[in-house]
Amino acid sequence: MTTLTDPPKDQFRLSMLLYDTRYRSATIQVIALIAFMLLAAWLISNTAQNLAALGKPIDFGFFKEPASYDINQRLLDYTSRDSHLRAALIGLLNTLVVAVLGCATATVVGIFVGVLRLSHNWLIARLMTVYVEMFRNVPVLLWIVFIMAILIETLPAPRAFRGADAEASMLLGDSVALTNRGVYIPEPLFSRGLGDLHFLGESSLRFNVSLDLVAVLIVLAVGFWVSHIIKKRADRLQEETGVRPATWYLRLGVVLVPLLILLAILGFHLGYPELKGFNFSGGTHLRNSLIALWLALSLYTAAFIAEIVRAGIMAISKGQTEAASALGLRPNRVMGLVILPQALRVIVPPLISQYLNLTKNSSLAIAVGYMDITGTLGGITMNQTGRELECVLLLMLVYLVISLTISAVMNWYNESVKLKER
Amino acid sequence: MKKSVFFGALTLAGLAAGAAAAGTMDDVKARGKLNCGVSTGLVGFSAPDANGEWGGFDVAVCRAVAAAVLSDPSAVEFVPTTGKTRFTALASGEIDLLARNTTWTFSRDVDLKFEFVGVNYYDGQGFMVPKELGVSSAKELDGATVCIQTGTTTELNLADFFRANNISYEPVPIETNAEAQQQYLAGACDVYTTDASGLAATRATFENPGDHVILPEIISKEPLGPLVRHGDNEWGDVVRWTLNALIAAEEYGITSANIEELSKGTNNPEINRLLGTEGTLGEMLGLDKEWAKRAISAGGNYGEIFAKTIGENTPVGLARGLNAQWTNGGLMYSPPFR
Repeated sequence: MTTLTDPPKDQFRLSMLLYDTRYRSATIQVIALIAFMLLAAWLISNTAQNLAALGKPIDFGFFKEPASYDINQRLLDYTSRDSHLRAALIGLLNTLVVAVLGCATATVVGIFVGVLRLSHNWLIARLMTVYVEMFRNVPVLLWIVFIMAILIETLPAPRAFRGADAEASMLLGDSVALTNRGVYIPEPLFSRGLGDLHFLGESSLRFNVSLDLVAVLIVLAVGFWVSHIIKKRADRLQEETGVRPATWYLRLGVVLVPLLILLAILGFHLGYPELKGFNFSGGTHLRNSLIALWLALSLYTAAFIAEIVRAGIMAISKGQTEAASALGLRPNRVMGLVILPQALRVIVPPLISQYLNLTKNSSLAIAVGYMDITGTLGGITMNQTGRELECVLLLMLVYLVISLTISAVMNWYNESVKLKER
Repeated sequence: MKKSVFFGALTLAGLAAGAAAAGTMDDVKARGKLNCGVSTGLVGFSAPDANGEWGGFDVAVCRAVAAAVLSDPSAVEFVPTTGKTRFTALASGEIDLLARNTTWTFSRDVDLKFEFVGVNYYDGQGFMVPKELGVSSAKELDGATVCIQTGTTTELNLADFFRANNISYEPVPIETNAEAQQQYLAGACDVYTTDASGLAATRATFENPGDHVILPEIISKEPLGPLVRHGDNEWGDVVRWTLNALIAAEEYGITSANIEELSKGTNNPEINRLLGTEGTLGEMLGLDKEWAKRAISAGGNYGEIFAKTIGENTPVGLARGLNAQWTNGGLMYSPPFR
């Protein structure tokens, strides 16, 4: 005999929100979210109210006012009559310059040191250990200040280059001057240049693009593309016949010959630095502040990257090396063809955070007077206008955008090198 | 430094409104210490001595205010600020008073919401160059590298001066006077520019001060004075009249030597009112009768402080010039104590 009972009706009661385990966690999360949003709203309204009471309501109008201060390193044209917005833009470009230079140098040095740390040569391995421990364990600010102090105190002032029997002389056939105000190197000039393209007229964001540079880049890109086709063809021939045709002179030629022709047409020549008045003029001036910041940030971050690279290589089992050696590959080919491609999968994710760290650490620039965005927008502009909150909020936004962009690019790269499961 | 800017900016909201509303004087009395913002070290104006004891022309203002309010010239917590951090420190309530050779300008007074209580030094921006450069005028500085303290009015004057004279320069922004000195002496910049008094003070610390000249051009007006937050007028009054008391004391001939005797009563009613033997000026300020007497005793009158810290017999060696009493052809002029 069977008795039929209805399954219990799923009648919803309010108390179930608390006592029913199916709902409880959702209830708690909703309450926590509401509390968090209330707290945030209270903070924002409190800030706005107090600023209003202080007579400083949030207002970005100051951006249009003339900045009234000069910036030494500027990638775009800028005078003290330009707006605070343009000053911030100049600073942003300076931040990006040092970040890009720093990341590139740190990667090269880091990979180099990381591989050498695993060397069987006792001396080299130990030297690299000393380098890593020295840079990793001293605050980066000290390195920046230290390198700056060395540059200022040890290199000669420009006036030491003056006179018949000068105390200092220029290097490399009078083309490079190392002074305690920075390094002057020859600059590329075009006597029959194509001129510039102007964008955005007279606005604060205006910029010029050099057509010479565009032409050089296009010729280079085409050259590399043709070179790539030649390589593909060589690969194919090797697969088919087992003999690889010699292509290096062709590949070099298609890149170099058109470039040289273009440079000749544009009238390429070098402008050398020359001592004139108080300073060297002509040439490109790499300021002390840039060099100190760039070197310190790269060497410091490279120490971390070296450890990441070492960890990545050691994560690849020894069997891989042995198998590759058994096939007859030489050690450098083993590293390049077998170990590194696999190690990259381990290396790239932590590398992203090192790039982010380097970029954010570049805000220490003010210690050596490098005018990055923290120095312009977060420094002089903030000080002269008294708009602390606006400037700091914008500054945070700028760094956030830069960091997220780096993350996005690196994540995309990570996707492309990670293990493809088929 | 960075931390304090950031901290200041974020807590501006929380602290500033509270600090502006409540009486700063009550806070100072409750704390028993005056938080006074000074520079990070400028000989003669504010610098710690070998024992870590702060002294100097600006420090004397802090001590006088502490003496007037707290009856103890040493009840001061000195907060070193840079050109960049000083305003945030004051606005956020981290300091009660800023005495850091700060130029009184319209936008600082009106837009940044501060209250300049007076001028303790009339200054102007000058240039210092090594003698061996052979420069005799600032207009010959075309193409020079100029060291400059960032976050100051001098930065703006410099841009304007070179622009107006249609000559170029390379600015090297620097955070503190000490760093500027290092770069200038190493020859990393040709010129150091700041207030002429600051140049004299900096030059005084050089090994060979004679190797450096201060160019004749003074390119700006820099009235330097102590300042407080806007909106707390009672506190502003206390600081303003403490400064005036020091200036008036010199005019009336009250010195740290004769103040005890004069405070027993004189036949000059103005001195009597100032020193509290007559009238109720102290009460009006919310202080006691002898406030000004204590302020003057702390370091002497304005002239004595000047002579002791930056005057002609000190290494800084500044002449009174514009900073003489109005009776001697200067600009120092205190409103009457009446």
